[in-house]
Amino acid sequence: MAKKGGRVTGINGNMVTVEFDGDVSQNEVGFILLGDQRLKSEVIRISGKIASLQVFEMTGGISVGDEVEFSGLMLSVELGPGLLTQIYDGLQNPLPELAIECGFFLQRGVYLNPIPDKSWEFTPRVKVGDSVFPADTVGTVPEGIFTHRIMVPFYLAPSAWTVESIKPAGTYAVRDEIAVIKDSKGNKQSLSMVFPWPIKRPITQYLERLQPKEPLVTQIRIIDTFLPVAKGGTYCIPGPFGAGKTVLQHMTSRNADVDIVIIAACGERAGEVVETLKEFPELIDPKTGKTLMERTIIICNTSSMPVAAREASVYTAVTIAEYYRQMGLDILLLADSTSRWAQAMREMSGRLEEIPGEEAFPAYLESVIASFYERAGVVTLRDGSKGSVTIGGTVSPAGGNFEEPVTQATLKVVGAFHGLSRERSDARKYPAIDPLESWSKYPSVIDMAKVDYARSILFDGHEVSQMMKVVGEEGTSVEDYIIYLKGELLDQVYLQQNSFDDVDFAAPIERQQVVFDVLFKILGAKLQIEDKKTARSTINEIRQKFVDWNSVARNDERFEMYKNEIEELVGGQFVEYEGKAAKILQVK
Amino acid sequence: MQKVYTKIDSIAGNVITVRASGIRNGDLAMVTSAHGESLANVIKLDREEVSLQVFSGARGISTGDKVRFLGVPMRISYSDDLLGRIFTGSGKPRDNGPELTENLIEIGGPAVNPAKRIIPRNMIRTGIPMIDVFNTLVESQKLPIFSVSGEPYNEVLARIAMQAEVDLIILGGMGLKFDDYLYFKNTLEKSGAMSRTIFFVHTASDPTVECLLVPDISLAVAERFALDGKKVLVLLSDMTNFADALKEIAITMEQVPSNRGYPGDLYSSLAARYEKAVDFEGAGSLTILAVTTMPGDDVTHPVPDNTGYITEGQFYLRHSRIEPFGSLSRLKQQVNSDTRDDHRALMDGMIKLYAAYTEALEKKSMGFQMSEWDDKLIKYGEMFENRLMDLSVNIPLEEALDLGWEILAACFEPKETGMRSELVLKHWPKEAS
Ligand SMILES: Nc1ncnc2c1ncn2[C@@H]1O[C@H](COP(=O)(O)OP(=O)(O)OP(=O)(O)O)[C@@H](O)[C@H]1O
Ligand SMILES: [Mg+2]
Repeated sequence: MAKKGGRVTGINGNMVTVEFDGDVSQNEVGFILLGDQRLKSEVIRISGKIASLQVFEMTGGISVGDEVEFSGLMLSVELGPGLLTQIYDGLQNPLPELAIECGFFLQRGVYLNPIPDKSWEFTPRVKVGDSVFPADTVGTVPEGIFTHRIMVPFYLAPSAWTVESIKPAGTYAVRDEIAVIKDSKGNKQSLSMVFPWPIKRPITQYLERLQPKEPLVTQIRIIDTFLPVAKGGTYCIPGPFGAGKTVLQHMTSRNADVDIVIIAACGERAGEVVETLKEFPELIDPKTGKTLMERTIIICNTSSMPVAAREASVYTAVTIAEYYRQMGLDILLLADSTSRWAQAMREMSGRLEEIPGEEAFPAYLESVIASFYERAGVVTLRDGSKGSVTIGGTVSPAGGNFEEPVTQATLKVVGAFHGLSRERSDARKYPAIDPLESWSKYPSVIDMAKVDYARSILFDGHEVSQMMKVVGEEGTSVEDYIIYLKGELLDQVYLQQNSFDDVDFAAPIERQQVVFDVLFKILGAKLQIEDKKTARSTINEIRQKFVDWNSVARNDERFEMYKNEIEELVGGQFVEYEGKAAKILQVK
Repeated sequence: MQKVYTKIDSIAGNVITVRASGIRNGDLAMVTSAHGESLANVIKLDREEVSLQVFSGARGISTGDKVRFLGVPMRISYSDDLLGRIFTGSGKPRDNGPELTENLIEIGGPAVNPAKRIIPRNMIRTGIPMIDVFNTLVESQKLPIFSVSGEPYNEVLARIAMQAEVDLIILGGMGLKFDDYLYFKNTLEKSGAMSRTIFFVHTASDPTVECLLVPDISLAVAERFALDGKKVLVLLSDMTNFADALKEIAITMEQVPSNRGYPGDLYSSLAARYEKAVDFEGAGSLTILAVTTMPGDDVTHPVPDNTGYITEGQFYLRHSRIEPFGSLSRLKQQVNSDTRDDHRALMDGMIKLYAAYTEALEKKSMGFQMSEWDDKLIKYGEMFENRLMDLSVNIPLEEALDLGWEILAACFEPKETGMRSELVLKHWPKEAS
């Protein structure tokens, strides 16, 4: 293809208009030539001979008449072994390498190889003459704790290709030729361990998409028990500023039971990424015995980095997630914050002078959000193995009000909603997920009947507390008052969880089950209590034991001690199980 | 290469357009009119049409005035000569000192590579319990004071600045009232800190465009000093005026507003400034304390709202105290594990009880019967407010923690605090139990 070019005709913020010759395609990458710098941009509108480009860099110093080069390629990422443990910007530029080259500051126009030039121990899986399809595995390399499949590039024609040559087992550089395949017409294609894929196109190399059913354990009690997430599912965390979205995602990225976690820090604070970046290489994942970093990839386009690259960053992240899903792995993508991504679209839409929708967001906001979350899923691959991509996105609604376009568009498509409440975070009730408003369509790790029963106590307790605001404590019966206290107890010792406590920060499933059982028996019990004062002091005492219990490790001898103490404490006042609770317990 | 143009095509708000070629985005120009000279910078290019915002405002500019392009972007002189000096938003002397033209540095430079950042680690002690205990301030933090007008936010800002052990203070004033400007100046002079202070001041009576430049110019200078190993504290008051200046220019440029007239990129514009806060490995640091006044005392107003999403917490100033709700330091957990073993538990536990107190207060105001528990909470809340929240309290962290336990012990039984038994046992004042 002949090199196509053009010249800058206008600059408005990070949008540049270019008069071009030849053909230019939508989402094609172009470079603005500024002295010896090449500034990466993406075509976002074409009208006659004028293309509008969003520039992924600061536009200071560009002038009308500057030369532009079009690449003929859509905005893509490089896929291959070596992605794990990397820290990329929104365009897959490796930030640590950039720091070595440029120092403290990000320098525009510097684009380094995303996949490091490294050699890998290759084991072939096919032999000459074999027939392969795109996404079939031709060999494997060990990448940290995983077997990384070297696959036939996804972009090749979806037909049978014949293996013409394949390298024997051995060590090869990542960009070396490891195989040659040819199609039925004899067209040859050389394969290395890396290939590109355009980020805005989902990877659909699977046989079938399945219903997300298997719980994705986060070790956060309120989520796993009451508002579960499923592997291959989607969920969102909207909440006002400072309510705890990032802390929640951070804890999830540490403790979630998945193979790989991809963190997309999209338009938020750089400092928050640094915590992950510095901590993860030190933290050992109990499941693998290796550091957490070995299962992590960070895409980091923080708020002061160029806005257009922020828009790209979530796609970069999800594309890499889909790539590893093709290896039969479970991937969790955590995006913080999807609102910043939406705002990046809004900024661009404004510069394009498109007709604004609600709060000036573009009219296509909803469909773009929907198709992003659609890229999650559990799939069966051609070799029969299963892989999944789970997407959890935070939403930062203006004014903390969920009645705004991004939250609303997201709620329409996700499978679980973890809404954070200002009231709860103000009162330091963390995680500040509102247990009454939030919902999930996925199955819990705990018997649903019990969970529903506990939830009803929460609702009833809340109702009583609202009533008390009208009629006072004096106008409330002891029975109702106890329900209220039980709701409070459940909240304080189970829903709330201290992310900064060495033990409490992660509650494995087995522990959740043990604790929940004890708690359930208290919630379901009719207690011998005559007056409100005794009720409060009894519940206080139980609460105190739970607080202490939550902070001792599972293998600590005091674990059983506290459990017994709580059971004894309740036993003293126990009359019988309340009807519904009795039934649930009998069935068991 | 300096080109002079003598035909201004349009004048709207503080933006003028001229037809010119070979002009670069962001470049400076000198506009000469009957009222004197003013700098302007290029904010948009469309073929031959160049839009410039005029720093001293477009009022009185005529279509025949002279525009001379300087071929360079906005810069500021950087050296120790800046210390003790007072400048305008565009870097011109406001005192009687000489103009500085040596060693020019660009303003609004690129972001720090996140991979080069380090985890903040040094607590800044202020002697204010609501900060030290509950919302610990940390070196390299970016944190605004949310306030309504009339509150003593500038006093709080000055007090923290005086107490903090920093090498350098840079005050960026935006729409600063002249009295407040003098207040800062006098306070710093009195304490002998003036010689390590630099002022970039835009007062309420100065042209709007200069207000826009204040954060960038202040932060560019601060960043250089930090790179040279200094601990720099930047005070920005009032960022709401900065946001309003952004709004004004956006409306002039006919941008589609997103929320109450503010441009859709308000978040990014504010973030670009606040994110300059940093701790450089092997060099100095840059801490930002700002003031964000909340129009109509409404925290959901776009300016405080966007700010809250950007900064690392906020101090909520109301009725001359730092409110326990709404106030937050997101960096506190980086430092409060090493202060004292009871710090974290006390910090959360006391606020939880204070939340319960406000409920009891509500109940009381409705005329309901108070239970024994309610009475305890009321007593607690009042003690908390008088002995810890009051801004006149000035005690070290350790004393404040002890005082916290004292208050708890004066009001509650240990098991009523909801804190871990082990900790309570260790710190509960002996005479009380
Ligand atoms: N689970 C938790 N346990 C203890 N403290 C918490 C928890 N969650 C949040 N916090 C406190 O609240 C602060 C703010 O939390 P976080 O940064 O997660 O908020 P956010 O919702 O992401 O806000 P923003 O939208 O502004 O990014 C934290 O720095 C921490 O001090
Ligand atoms: Mg956050």
